[in-house]
Amino acid sequence: MATATAISAPPALSVRGLNLFYGGFQALKDVNLDIPPRKITAFIGPSGCGKSSLLRCMNRMNDLIRTARVEGQIMFDGENVYAEDADPTEIRFRIGMVFQKPNPFPKSIYDNVAFGPKLAGYKGDIGALVERCLRQAALWDEVKDRLKQSAYQLSGGQQQRLCIARTLALDPEIILMDEPCSALDPIATLAIEELMRELAPNYTIALVTHNMQQAARVSDYTTFMTVDDERSGYVVEFGETGEIFSMPKRKATEDYITGRFG
Amino acid sequence: MAEASFSASRVSKENLEKRLLSGKRAERGTETLIHMLLLAATVVSIATTLGIVFVLVNESFRFFQEVSVIEFLTGTKWTPRFQPSLFGVLPLVAGTVLVAAIAILVAAPVGLFTAIFLSEYAPNRLRRVVKPMLEILAGIPTVVYGYFALTFVTPLLQTFLFPDMIIFNALSAGLVMGVMIIPIVSSLSEDAMLAVPRSLREAAYALGATRFEVATRVVTPAALSGIVAAIILGLSRAIGETMLVTIAAGATPRLTIDPRESIQTMTAYIVQVGFGETPQGTTIYYTIFAVALLLFVMTLAMNILGHLVVRRWRQAY
Repeated sequence: MATATAISAPPALSVRGLNLFYGGFQALKDVNLDIPPRKITAFIGPSGCGKSSLLRCMNRMNDLIRTARVEGQIMFDGENVYAEDADPTEIRFRIGMVFQKPNPFPKSIYDNVAFGPKLAGYKGDIGALVERCLRQAALWDEVKDRLKQSAYQLSGGQQQRLCIARTLALDPEIILMDEPCSALDPIATLAIEELMRELAPNYTIALVTHNMQQAARVSDYTTFMTVDDERSGYVVEFGETGEIFSMPKRKATEDYITGRFG
Repeated sequence: MAEASFSASRVSKENLEKRLLSGKRAERGTETLIHMLLLAATVVSIATTLGIVFVLVNESFRFFQEVSVIEFLTGTKWTPRFQPSLFGVLPLVAGTVLVAAIAILVAAPVGLFTAIFLSEYAPNRLRRVVKPMLEILAGIPTVVYGYFALTFVTPLLQTFLFPDMIIFNALSAGLVMGVMIIPIVSSLSEDAMLAVPRSLREAAYALGATRFEVATRVVTPAALSGIVAAIILGLSRAIGETMLVTIAAGATPRLTIDPRESIQTMTAYIVQVGFGETPQGTTIYYTIFAVALLLFVMTLAMNILGHLVVRRWRQAY
């Protein structure tokens, strides 16, 4: 029974009684979840089930939406992310995010990676840091001769790896990935998946994906979410990826992964 | 006729056949008519521009038969009405540049900050109120700004800053002109900022940027080509503005960079000659066209410069 109970290390992130509202609409209902450290946790479920919204609660990106309101707690390193005195910019230094569509800045490759460290007031050798992050993101060999060129000259897959390198430059503890491959071709997707596996031993990764094969291929744990009659998202089941896909405990999960629903 | 409209309106042969088969023959006639109407509208502005350039060059040519181009462009005295008549345009150029420089020193920062506030800080509801109000500022007749400078700002400056300053001065005109062109700078800059994709802002926020850092390090650089274009347009407007400077800046051609002095801009000079009883065909009469031609060249050069700058700094997203 290697389920959630088998996780011995303290969770990297604990979601407790989380409700998310956009105006009068409840997008997430009573989410309780522990994200295991230094593992890849996938979030799967039908469109509109709040996977991305849940991810955006974790680094408080939902703050940018004026009508968004959050109840409950997200505990990170002993602090509630939604505490009165919590500083969202500080949280975002430590919890990075990679988006659906590659979104490099219209700046040079170098400046993209250096952006975060400069904001954070990094005192060390930024050039060395940029190189280390580009190597980590498996992009260095492709761009080392053109660091001063615009990031927009890279292919989509390269841009997404650049965005990952940009996130790594702040040395975050957690990386939130919101469907990072949905705009990429299969080969570029494979490269990102390999990269995720390489990063997993050192970073906690939360991966939202609409691609169940991807969840099965890369993740250690899987969270299945769906919507209730009021179209509010909730968590159905969490467990080791192998178990979720081979012997799910809930019928809703089974229906979804066997393609009978969603 | 039918052939011409067919190829010009780019209707594919297939579509055309379909239309003919469906019996919509009348539509082709309407389409031709609309085409001609739109073309005529475009021709009006182009023809006017060409006409103006032709008149300016033609009349200036007569001026330059009497006064050499070198003397005109390098002379430091502009005294067409006195003896000896001197036609050095530099004092007028200096007056124009001085007032425009003061104006843009006011309008560029204030307009840019306004744009940043409206696009990055203000809630939608506030933006919907503030933006039309700013555009009202742009709609106030310039003669009103002129008397505002002369009867309000100048006395204010005299009371609090420069007691010895004379009533007609470049400073007051420049400051008020700056306020006048704020809406041009802010409105176009804000449009450029709003066009920056949301995904870039999200990327910056996700890296721990504050709202101000997002505005200054991501949105402003990405919108820079639009912002530069806005400032150049504001500057063009400042250089070409006539009524305000005629009323408030004085009528004394003077080669100076002291904004407290009374000066005369190129536009104000043209008005002065136009209002005076200047007989057609005299040298003074032709100065109008020479000065106007130079003004036109200056504005044109600035617009070209603007395009080059925008191309050079462009951060395409």
